[in-house]
Order: sequence, then C-alpha cells, then structure tokens
Amino acid sequence: MIRKSANEMAAALASGEVTSVELTKAHFSRIEAVDAKVKAFLHLDTEGALAAASVIDERRKKGEEFPPLAGIPLALKDVLVQEGVPTTCGSKILEGWRPPYDATVVKNLKKNGVIILGKTNMDEFAMGSSTENSAFHPTHNPWDLTRIPGGSGGGSSAAISSFEAPLAIGTDTGGSIRQPAAVTGTVGVKPTYGGVSRYGLVAFSSSLDQAGPCARTVLDAALLHEAIAGHDEKDSTSINAPVPRVVEAARRGDVKGLRIGVIKELQGEGYQAGVLERFQESLDILSGLGAEIVEVTCPSFDYALPAYYLIAPSECSSNLARFDAMRYGLRVGEGSAEEVMNATREAGFGREVKRRIILGTYALSSGYYDAYYGSAQKVRTLIKNDFEKAFGSADVLVSPTAPTTAFKIGEKSDDPLAMYLNDIATIPVNLAGICAISIPSGLANEDSLPAGFQVMAPAMADDRLYNVGAALERELLAKWGKPLLEFAPELA
Amino acid sequence: MKYDQVVATFDPVLGLEVHVELGTKSKMFCGCATLFGAEPNTQVCPVCLGLPGSLPVVNRKAIEYTIAIGLALNCSIAPYSRFARKNYFYPDMPKNFQTSQYDEPICKNGYLDLEVETEDGIKEFRVEIERVHMEEDTGKSLHVGGATGRIHGADYSLLDYNRAGIPLVEIVTKTIEGTGKYAPLVAKAYVKELRDILRSLGVSDVKMEQGSLRCDANVSLRPMGEKKLGTRSETKNVNSLRSVERAVRAEMIRHAGILETGGKVKQETRHFHENTGETTAGRSKEQAEDYRYFQEPDLIPIAPAESWIDEIRKTLPERPSERRKRLQSAWSVPDKEMAAMVNADVLDLVAETVELGADPTKSRGWWLGEIARIANEKEKWAGELPISPVNVKELIDLINAGELTDKLARQVVEGVINGEGSPKEVVALRGFKVVSDDSALMEAIERAIAAQPDVADKVRNGHVPAAGALIGAVMKDTKGQADAAKVRSLLLKHLGQSE
Amino acid sequence: MSESELDHLSSELDLILSAVARVSEVAKDDIAPTSHPLSLLNVFREDVITPSLTADEALSGAPAKEEGRFKVPQILGEEA
Repeated sequence: MIRKSANEMAAALASGEVTSVELTKAHFSRIEAVDAKVKAFLHLDTEGALAAASVIDERRKKGEEFPPLAGIPLALKDVLVQEGVPTTCGSKILEGWRPPYDATVVKNLKKNGVIILGKTNMDEFAMGSSTENSAFHPTHNPWDLTRIPGGSGGGSSAAISSFEAPLAIGTDTGGSIRQPAAVTGTVGVKPTYGGVSRYGLVAFSSSLDQAGPCARTVLDAALLHEAIAGHDEKDSTSINAPVPRVVEAARRGDVKGLRIGVIKELQGEGYQAGVLERFQESLDILSGLGAEIVEVTCPSFDYALPAYYLIAPSECSSNLARFDAMRYGLRVGEGSAEEVMNATREAGFGREVKRRIILGTYALSSGYYDAYYGSAQKVRTLIKNDFEKAFGSADVLVSPTAPTTAFKIGEKSDDPLAMYLNDIATIPVNLAGICAISIPSGLANEDSLPAGFQVMAPAMADDRLYNVGAALERELLAKWGKPLLEFAPELA
Repeated sequence: MKYDQVVATFDPVLGLEVHVELGTKSKMFCGCATLFGAEPNTQVCPVCLGLPGSLPVVNRKAIEYTIAIGLALNCSIAPYSRFARKNYFYPDMPKNFQTSQYDEPICKNGYLDLEVETEDGIKEFRVEIERVHMEEDTGKSLHVGGATGRIHGADYSLLDYNRAGIPLVEIVTKTIEGTGKYAPLVAKAYVKELRDILRSLGVSDVKMEQGSLRCDANVSLRPMGEKKLGTRSETKNVNSLRSVERAVRAEMIRHAGILETGGKVKQETRHFHENTGETTAGRSKEQAEDYRYFQEPDLIPIAPAESWIDEIRKTLPERPSERRKRLQSAWSVPDKEMAAMVNADVLDLVAETVELGADPTKSRGWWLGEIARIANEKEKWAGELPISPVNVKELIDLINAGELTDKLARQVVEGVINGEGSPKEVVALRGFKVVSDDSALMEAIERAIAAQPDVADKVRNGHVPAAGALIGAVMKDTKGQADAAKVRSLLLKHLGQSE
Repeated sequence: MSESELDHLSSELDLILSAVARVSEVAKDDIAPTSHPLSLLNVFREDVITPSLTADEALSGAPAKEEGRFKVPQILGEEA
C-alpha cells in the first residue's frame, strides 16, 4: 500500500479497500522500519495523526464526500508552523518550541483532510543544499545512505523516496524543493511566488521563499498543489487570482506544438556528464511527442548566483534578528539582555546561518548597500528581463535541475562556494518569481543515481509545468518499465 | 548664563520630531485591539508578537489618517511609497526591526503657520515640515529592581506587547531657524497647534500624558551671524506642552554654558526631567546608528489613487486657526480675551459648552475664571480637571434658574472638581439652596437690622450705600445662600428707600 | 565564536564577498532595482478587530515570565 501513489491511495480509501487509520499506521510502521537509516523526520505526531485519521474514517462512514487527498498521510518540512507541534526549522535555537498557531498551508491541508505524520529534517533555517546544516543530524539519501538527499528540504524528499509518506510539503528559496527532488528521483515544484501563502512559513528570504508540493508522481504533486495554493489575506504578497488548473494539466500531458526553450547558460561546464545525458534524452522524448525545441540565451544568469547570495543573506539577517532569547526559543547565558541574546545566538545558530547573517548584515550596511544589495536587486531586474525575452520565443524553458547527482555526505561541507553551485540552475527562477518543476529524468550512467529535468514557466502559468511533466513522466515510465523508485535499493 | 544673555550671543536652531499614536481600532499590521490599559499581553497575536512565520498586512484606516495629516499640514502625498525595515536590537521590538518608512515616506514638504503669543505681541512663524511617515509602536517595558523604576540599576525587565504594532505617525520638521529668543515659545506653539490639528482630524486622542503624542526636541546653537549649524542634542521624554518650552529653554542655556567657556557640545540624547526642569545625558550619539534600511519585502507598495486623496481632502475639518477666527466673531470676543482662552487652552472646552446651549460669555467666564484658577493652583490645565462642559452647562442653567448665586456656584465648581458629583448632586449634598423666599429673607433681614440698628438708621436717612453692611450680614446669616439682589431690594424697601 | 571559528569564517567571507562583488559589474545606473517579483499595489486590510491570542498562548514559549509579562534580563538602557 505504501508504494502506491497518493492518487491510488485515495481511490483505495474511497472504495473502502483501506481505512485512513490503517494507511496512517502502515506509514508509521514503515518509518519505524527505515528512518533509523534515512533520518528524514525530526518529530512524529503519532497521536495527532491517528486521531485525525480516525475522524476522517468516521465521517467517511457517514457518507461524507471528501476532497481528493482526504485521509492521505503527508510529511511537513519543519519550517512551517503547526500549532502545538514542535517546530525547529532544523535549529537548536527553536528546539522544543511549540507554535500557538497554524501556517495557512497547514490550515489548508487540515481543511482537505490530509494527515500530517510529522515534521521533516532540513538545513537550518532553509540555508543549504544538502541537509547537512541541520543542527540535529544529516538525512541520508535512500538511493545511497552515504549520500546527501539534497537540501534544504532533504527530509521531505527522503521521506517521499523511502516510502515513508506519499506526499510532503517543502519550501524553495533557491532550489530547496527542486534540487532534493532531482537527487532523490522524486517530483518537486516551486509554485509561482505568491501562489502559496507564506503565513506561517518561517522566513528565510522573504522575497524568494515559497512552499510547494513534493511527491512521487506529477499528478500527486498537482493534487497537493491545488490543496495548498490560493490567495491568503494574511499574506500581503499572496496573489489574488484563481489557482492555475494544475490537476487538469497533469491529467492532460500533451506537448504537441509546445515550444520548449533550452537555456544555453544552464548546461555545459560544471554539469555532470550523466546528468546532461539524461537531460538530452528527455529533450529527445519531448521532441518526439511533437514539441519544438529552441535554444534561448539568458546572459544575466551568470550573475544569478552572486546576486542570490547577496539578497538572501541580507533578508535573512533581518528575518533572523527576532531570535533573541526574549519571547520564545533557546535562552542561555548570564548578564544583561544583550549578553544573553549574544550567547543564545552564538549557541543556537549553526555555522552556515552565522555566515549568512554576517554576510547579509555587511551587504546592507551603509556605505556598502549600493555596491552589494543595491546591485543585486538590479541583477534581479536583468534576470526578469531575460526570462521575459526567453518566454517570448518559448512556452516553457528547461534545464537540468542540478549540475550533479547526490554527492557524499561531508564531501562539500567545507567548501561553501562549491556547495552554493548546486543551486546554479534553480536560483534564477526564485529571483524572477516564476514557477518550476523537477521531474526525475532517470539515473546517471556513471553512478546510477537520480538526475532531475527542470521545467520553468512564466508566473501564474504553473499548469504548463504539470502538462510537460506528465507527458515526460508517462514516456519515461514506459521506457523504464516501472517507476524509477522501484530501482532504488531496498531499505528494509 | 542667563537666558537673555544666551539669546543675545547665540542663534538657536530647532528640529522637532513628533510621534502620534493613531486612534485606529486595530493595529497597524494586524487585527489586535488598541485599547489603552488592557491586561498585559492580551492584545497580541503572532504578527505583533513577531512570532516566526508571521506576516504584516497594512491597515487601510491608518493610511487614510496619515494622508489626512499630510494634507492638513500642506504636504504633497507621494504617488508611490513603501515600507522599510529599520534594523536594530531592543527587547521591546518583537522582530528586532521596526517596520517604518525610509526614503519613500508617504507625505513630504509641508508647512504649518503659527501665531505665537510673546511678550512683544503676536509673532507669526512658518515651520516647514520635512516628512510625515508611518511606523509601528513598540511594546512597553517595566523595569524591576532599580531605585527609580527606570532602566539604570534595574535587575530585570517585564515586557508587555499590547502596545507593539499600534500605528504611529512620525512628523519631522525641517530645521527651524530665525526664532531667536522666542525659540522655546515657537516649539511649544508648534506642538500645540499640531496637537489641535490632529485632534480636529479625529485621528488620535493626542494625550501627551498618556503617550499618544510624543515630542523629541533637537536643539543647537550657533554664534550670531554664523551660517554653519552647531552640534545638536536630542531631548526625549518631553511629556507636556509646558515641558516642550522648558526643555528647549534648558537646552539653550546648557549649550550656551558649554560654548561660552570654549567647550564642545556633545551630540547625544538627553532626557528631560519634569521635576528639575533640567536634562541629563543619555546614550552618546557620536556615531549615528546604522539601521541597514531596506524595502520591506513582506509588504506591497502604496500608490493612493488621486480620487481617494481627494475624498480624504474633502473630509478635512476647518483648520484650528480658521475655527478660532470663526468662533471669535460668533461669540463677539475681544482679541485679548480670545488670546487668553487660547493660552489657557480652554477654547475647545468653551466651544463644547456653547454647543450644549450655554451662553458663550458665561461659558468663557467659568472656564477662564474659577476653573482656570483652580487648575493653576493644581499646576494642571483646565482640561485635566474632572469637570466637563456638561457640568458647566448644568451650572449655568442652575444660575439662570435662580437656584444658585455666583458665590454658591463657585463652591459648586469646587465640589465637582473634588469629585462630589455633578453640579445638581453637589447642590443636594451640600444642601445649597438659594434663599429667595421672601418671608425667610425678611426674617434674616430683621435679624440683621436688629443687630446693627445704627446702620439701619443711616439707610433710613438716605445713606443707601450703608446697606452693604446689612446685606453682608444677611448673606452671612444665610450662609451665602440668599439671593443677594433680592436681599438688597427687600431691605431697601423695608427701610423706605428706593433702589 | 572561537578564534579559530572566526578565522575560518573571515576567510570564507572574503571568498564569498569577492565572488559576490561581481554583481556591481553589471549593475548599471539605468537599471531599476527589483525588490519584488510581484507588481501588486495597495494591499490593505480593513480596520476591524480580530481575535488575539490569550496571554497564556502568547507567553507559551517564553523562557521566563512574571505577572503575565515576558521576563527579560537587565537591559543596558538609553540613560547613562
């Protein structure tokens, strides 16, 4: 049962073949069996999940009609607040904190009857590409337990790919949903900025953060996308327009006549050969289905990474200022309020977080603002313009999601610049605020590890992602003979 | 150095920053209530507590009020403005940044014309306004353990965030030059006029004692004739109009004292002390703090439509100065009396009393007379006393109905202020009754005549003024409750004289 | 932070800063900065009161509290 897609589980629930409580218990059993190795979860809400599941079962028995995902288990990235449930953001500074309120995403999930199993591991405050920056422990890639599952949302992607949950919520600021999806052979989507409410999403970089769906299939991701997206009056930056028809698109999967733009700057040097091979193969498949492949150039993308590493730390240096030991979270140290605050932040924040706070503080300081943060904002305009121009000649743009497959735990943790390069293909999307999806493109020849195919679409055209994704997924499934995850080693 | 000497030697330059707490029902960025005096931390939510994950949403009414203030101050309203984060650490600020406005304030470049009453007559000044912008208030801290309840020496502090997030408007003047010896008066007049305007707009209850109107005064001196500005100090904790005047004056004298001996004025924050009238040093501002301002990414820019601004402009009430002219002519008040009412700050109270139906001259007589006298005695202003326009109207009605004499009425005023109740209640409590019953009065008159037969004779013989002694005796006898005019007329008739 | 941590951090930061300084290469004067991917304007809420947290909920995470308020260590204040 746990190997089914969420959509299939929903059918089983509807037909009475299985109850939500049974389904939930099955997943908790799976977690018990494999999470000691995978370490995807930081907290399991067994009591809460089973209680919610039995309520759904009761109501279903009474003949109540439900939204598609009611009764289906889900893993929640620990950066979203869930009332009464420990929310750490992967950091010691929030260890033990139980929020007194729910994020809007969580409210929407509960409204849809989704069962939240627990909170997943992540790079501290969403800063990282490997989940090694979690203050608690790294998460291990189910494909090879000595390797990283991607980051910052490695816990969510590992949970999905190890069948601990069919659905997960992640957040994406520079690629933190898509890159983990790529290296674990799963589907991950960053919706259009403003498409999903950020109320209750602990802020890392406010103008870049966005919550999104993680799943094993494109349709599952679409169903989850529809459940969580929509305008929220509590989030001033949320878009007041209908949610793009993503489920419809996911069921369609027709790319005949579609113009697909390959971004020149997002391939070539720095990209692993096996990753590029799978990328080309996917392009050929789409071409074979009737899509028109064109090449586009986005020269400002060369500056995307540096611009991101100025904007994100700047915003985060301000967003993380609230952690001062006064109102919630960790408090250590003696003396004055200032001394206690400093001691707490020193003890509570990890190295990467400290690095980015210092960088951000510097980039915003008077005298440096224009050269750093100010300039980065201008690069953002250039990137937006490049995308606009590119979308003039293509309906969607594509690239490999990440330059390499999963690297070994510890391999890049001492080299921040090398670590940052993992996001090179995903970052431009966040800077422009448009949407993108990562679909498994297969296994790289050199190491038999998953690679991802990234599709990008203009803001509010999220449905295009699912349309292309569904088409590619269908063909690849036929080619492989079984879902990609069935090729992963058995964990238990 | 004496003040006269100071202003003969130096030229003062002022800069005034006024913060106004807006009277919106809910906070600037969330729906928490803004009521004063609630139990601590009962008017807070994830947003104003700055909990991780919370996001702000702008209160439309706060924008409306701010635009109204800008229009009333002759500012231009920015077609496009944004919020910015002002980053610094302080426990009363939940996010450790204040959501404010930086280089894109909503209102800019206005002015306020003042008529300042000085010893040399009424002087006119125009104060130019640099900007009016929106921000949010901080929480309140109680310092525990120190001797004076202030920060210095406290063991720890207790924080209440009910006030955090209440909308604040900051009004900043450009440098105010050319006030000379009138500088303290100009400062006070500016804050007063501003307060009156804000009150008339209905955007705030502007109570300096409660903190809904706060003033920071920047003062610097330069030698007469010098163009370059001197070093300024910023004085905070100025909690009343009187303190504005005193603080500016105190700083001018202090700066002069330093400069005169060849010293250098330190650029610092000072605190004004009401009891001593002096300022003491706060934190040194040698290096301006770097707030690392950047545009608030959680909020969307404001671009008020011309039609909205016009709508607001139409709802602006008449300016206080226009209102004063109108009332003066309606009530036929001589200039001196008008100025006296404005100075004693009782104009609004008189107006309210008149609006209830009382005669303007009588209303003025009470507010400027007995009530102002008592206020002065208590070192307060009339509006702070527990007597209201409704009370005064009732009082005047009682006098008009002949139920109170002026003398008794003054005692009633005293009673109301002492908390004995409304005028009618005081009358009942104290058993005041104007004795106008002829037979009762005659009895008292007879007693007075019997006690002073020779005076009575004088009156009988045509010496009418002598009746005063007898009238006085009757008033004493009746404990002042007799209608003096009636006593006089009855007495004279009785003694065979005409009035 | 410890001495060695600081050393390590400062060399990392130097590296990052020089990599990142490249942005000023392309940031010409005639380019307008983008601080927001959205082109929304005038997002407001009406001036109505909505339910607050209870004091207990508000204080639920507090490291220390007293008399319904957050208790914090001595603040080095504005006054000398």
